[in-house]
Amino acid sequence: MIQARIRKRFAAGFESAPFSLDVEFKAAAGITVLFGPSGAGKTLTLDCMAGFVRPDEGRILLDDQILFDGASGVHLAPQARHCGYVFQNYALFPHMTLRKNLEFAVERIPRLERHRKVAEMLEKFRLTEVSGRRPYELSGGQKQRCSIARALIGSPRLLLLDEPARGLDAPLRAELYTALRQVRQEFEIPLILVTHDFEECLQLGEEMIVMREGRVVQNGPPRKVFEQPANVDVARLLGLFNLLPVEILALDPGRNISRLRYHDFELTGPYFPGRLIGDQVWLCVRPDVLSVAPKDGRLRSNQLPATLLRAVEKPERVRLEFDGDIAVETSRAEFEKQRAVKEWVIEFPQNSLRIL
Amino acid sequence: MAIDWFPLWLSLRVAAISTALALGIGLWLAWVLANRNFRGKEIIDAAVTLPLVLPPTVLGYYLLVVLGRNTPIGRIYEWLFGGPLVFSWQAAVVAALFHATPLLVKSARAAFESVDRSYERAARNLGASELRLFWRVTLPLARRSILAAAALAFARSLGDFGVTLMIAGNIPGRTQTVALAIYDAVEAGNGAVARVMVLIISGVALLILSLANRLTSSPYGPRQAAL
Repeated sequence: MIQARIRKRFAAGFESAPFSLDVEFKAAAGITVLFGPSGAGKTLTLDCMAGFVRPDEGRILLDDQILFDGASGVHLAPQARHCGYVFQNYALFPHMTLRKNLEFAVERIPRLERHRKVAEMLEKFRLTEVSGRRPYELSGGQKQRCSIARALIGSPRLLLLDEPARGLDAPLRAELYTALRQVRQEFEIPLILVTHDFEECLQLGEEMIVMREGRVVQNGPPRKVFEQPANVDVARLLGLFNLLPVEILALDPGRNISRLRYHDFELTGPYFPGRLIGDQVWLCVRPDVLSVAPKDGRLRSNQLPATLLRAVEKPERVRLEFDGDIAVETSRAEFEKQRAVKEWVIEFPQNSLRIL
Repeated sequence: MAIDWFPLWLSLRVAAISTALALGIGLWLAWVLANRNFRGKEIIDAAVTLPLVLPPTVLGYYLLVVLGRNTPIGRIYEWLFGGPLVFSWQAAVVAALFHATPLLVKSARAAFESVDRSYERAARNLGASELRLFWRVTLPLARRSILAAAALAFARSLGDFGVTLMIAGNIPGRTQTVALAIYDAVEAGNGAVARVMVLIISGVALLILSLANRLTSSPYGPRQAAL
């Protein structure tokens, strides 16, 4: 279990805006994902936990050990923290063989034990055959596994991973995820993984901490964050929703109905508790719950006319992008039938509408 | 034609000793300059570089003032080693040291600073003490640039004329280095001796410089290969 409350301010520099980090979170054994755009302070948070950067204030507690405490001035050196760290560029020592890289991490334990541990790790991460090679002679996946093995060999109580999937192609990504799930199974420690890829959060994360501009904006299981983003900023960060500015025209709890105005159109949604008539809010709806049909004659209720700008083909589905920043995902077969159509109507299913 | 080989032998010995001393002083200073932040850091760097640009006579004059027989340092040296420092072959080592050290400090600082920070972070993260980090990670990664700088420093030490003349003098058989011997030979109209010495010293310098060039190319492929 790691508990962190970290504050760190950076004054405006010659070419940089001022930045302040102010985060608080807990992570138990399992995979916790730090999610956010570049510049949100994710890596800085890791560096504070690893002891590379000294926070201004706060407290970092790993199990029952204080790693940092602003009030009493405790700031353990990185050497004393027992945190494994998987660097973005792996940081495998280029002048050492893979085996030496692993041995470097356990040099203080007796020789026999050391050999046993190194052999065990090499075996576990399928690196035995290439253990005599230097990092530049290894493939990306092997380097990746070696950096994880090196971070784990000293039996850390916390594993920090800084965008481990960055720059890996799809098969290597899948391989990495398998390796991380295996690590999660075998080591009862918190794994904190930095990413800006929401897919990765869903694939790996048991818990997710959404960061933006140095603050935590939401946390919880990724599935839950996806289903109920805390606010429009989170929804925007996930990049998976249509976000339309709407005004609430009417609210009827009795019939569980609301009326919303989007530009010149009216939409009907479910009743939104805790909102007032006249509120300017964001309608948040996933592209795959919207449906489309070619435009013909009159609009029915909850339909919006739109011009197709482009169709982005995905393996299974087609993403249709309309004017007004609305995207709809539909099945490939459905789209093939009406490929030439430019003018469409988009239907908003009443009960799938959410506002933020 | 009888050639006295003493000057050549003395020069090689002086250059070797001063390069070794410069490595000790230079690596430490370069590490401090690359890793510690303190006021006046750049002034220290500039002061270390000064001997590269000052006229040899100015440098020699300073050294005479600081190391002469009546100065505190000169007296301590004399008390320790039983003879004066100035006008001995050890003074030639001091002269060469002031040429070798700036070269080493400059190159080693740049080499230390170019070692990717993430290697140092990784080493600390894996429990390595600062000393072990230096010996096992930083120094090996900077090794080639430092050896190249040491080769340059050696070559530079071999060729000093002015400072050596000022503080070690030109005593044949005692402090006459090869550069001084060539000057004497030319002055005395002994062209054959001068030619041989000139060719030998040029050959040695060429050899060392080509070695230095070979060393500066990276052993780990292009820089990205380290990633």
